[in-house]
Amino acid sequence: MRSSVISGRFIKVWQRNFTVYQKIWKINFIPPLLEPLFYLFAFGTGLGALVGSIVYRGSTVSYIGYIAPALIGINMMYNSFFETTYASFVRMYYQKTFDAMLATPLSIHEIITGEIVWGATKSVFATAIMLLVISFFGIIHYPAALSLLPLAFIGGMAFGSVGMFFTSVMPSIDSFNLPIFLFITPMFLFSGTFFPLENLPMWAQKVAFVFPLTHLVKMTRALSLGYVETGLLLDLVYLLIFSAIFFPLALHRMRKRLIK
Amino acid sequence: MHLDRAAGKGQEGLIHQRAISLHFCLWTQQSDTIVVFWWKRGELSYVSAAPGLKKEAGVDYVIEAENVRKTFGEFTAVNGVSFKVKKGESFGLLGPNGAGKTTTIRMIYGFSPMTSGSLKVFGMDIENDWRRIKARIGICQQENSLDPDLSVQQNLEVFARYFDLPNKEAKERTRSLLQFISMEHRKDAKVTELSGGLMRRLVIARALINNPDLMILDEPTTGLDPQSRHQVWERLEELKSRGLTILLTTHYMEEAARLCDRLVIVDHGKILVEGKPPDLVKKHVGREVMEVSEPPAELLQWVQSENLEYENLGHRIIVYCKEGEELFHTISHRFCIGGCDLRLATLEDVFLKLTGRDLRE
Repeated sequence: MRSSVISGRFIKVWQRNFTVYQKIWKINFIPPLLEPLFYLFAFGTGLGALVGSIVYRGSTVSYIGYIAPALIGINMMYNSFFETTYASFVRMYYQKTFDAMLATPLSIHEIITGEIVWGATKSVFATAIMLLVISFFGIIHYPAALSLLPLAFIGGMAFGSVGMFFTSVMPSIDSFNLPIFLFITPMFLFSGTFFPLENLPMWAQKVAFVFPLTHLVKMTRALSLGYVETGLLLDLVYLLIFSAIFFPLALHRMRKRLIK
Repeated sequence: MHLDRAAGKGQEGLIHQRAISLHFCLWTQQSDTIVVFWWKRGELSYVSAAPGLKKEAGVDYVIEAENVRKTFGEFTAVNGVSFKVKKGESFGLLGPNGAGKTTTIRMIYGFSPMTSGSLKVFGMDIENDWRRIKARIGICQQENSLDPDLSVQQNLEVFARYFDLPNKEAKERTRSLLQFISMEHRKDAKVTELSGGLMRRLVIARALINNPDLMILDEPTTGLDPQSRHQVWERLEELKSRGLTILLTTHYMEEAARLCDRLVIVDHGKILVEGKPPDLVKKHVGREVMEVSEPPAELLQWVQSENLEYENLGHRIIVYCKEGEELFHTISHRFCIGGCDLRLATLEDVFLKLTGRDLRE
């Protein structure tokens, strides 16, 4: 059966998730609203007092100014990744939402595409809210920082795709602890998020270079602080390649998992 | 009356009016059915027909399955099944658990690809035309797949989107379907708050959202209390009377006898028999069945010597009888110590006779 086709119908799946999002928008708005405040208070005020400032591209930046853009990048990763792992798994496995959709003129690939694109969209929403909050600290440079919104979508596609890939192979919901511990947490810590990559030994820098978050954070930091450079295109290309690998892989594996 | 000519819209309605040359004639089309009213010599008459399908695909059959097989690795779930379902017919797939019923219907609605064979729905090939086919089918899956994140009403409206229904039409259909299942007052309820019976009714309404030409129900009343079951049956009977083609799986014989015009009994992935419920009963069991509990040894000997069809369950013997009353007289007078009942043969007798009494799974 040619259920591998993808048409614009995937938007119906996106709309379903958006309908649910609107229903509980108050809950959806709280994490991106409060999370940066928590982090900035703990790291910026608490740790920042010890660190002082950091030299970034030849000029000194306050520690808050250094980590705030990274938090935006991390948030892009979290929103899409957790949407296509835990949330999608619940819909697939417990709520049988995909089974119900498969009884309609939707193809399996459209369903999964809708889920991943939704995850990326959630990244955009969360980024917009977070950007607004962080803007009050006077760190963010506009209009360059507005490019973080489309970037959130691209980053969201990358992490949403890899998240969906994990969903397609995980036997149970508890298994997600593994990719979170081995993939998400190291990225959270070692992607040039809280300290410059150059502080790491060379081998660790090379590993960090493979992490998609390294490239995403590099872009969010540069763009938030007003550095728009062509060199960033390489990081963008890396994210696009990452998506180009994991998006079809996720579709393929999900089809294998669901169509029997 | 050549109603099939009136299947189009507008113009043909007028031609038709002239053809019967009446004082007053009106026709309306609702989905597939056309109803023509006319007024002649002080009498109002009407006739209805559903020519849509015939015109569209040039076939009478909604489902044509030919030698359909499905294997999962070593295991053969469906082993060469062939049957046809006519338009407007209510067709049943009966069988014990694990007989291959669900697998069969999953192939029909394009959920799982078949291993070999040929399968046509509405005269179209499921491999290539799955999207057009699915757009015209309503499916009630066995497992509850209602969306717990959405309200009752939203469940229907969101589902309508999957079928490309315009917003206005989706709202209208949602309203009329909620009325159909008598759940208007619960439209804002969470799905998780509903009882099993209400959930099943909502699943049926959801399957009707696209105004389907074929409805597929996988064990629609399993796990329901008698009240809810009868509610569901009434709704399904109403749909049936409207001319909807229905394919249903069940292992409740009462349900099959009540709802199915024709059915097949499947076991181990193969069709054992096919026919109308009363015919199957007459052919395989007879008119009546006699059950004798704690049968004496003489009865067994006598039954054997008379060459009667019977089944010995140890503490109970079942005798299938063509000429019930006379036999009942003989047996009850000569051999009955314990209970001795004569009752009408049912589909359940056929089912148990053909599929055996061993437990499954």
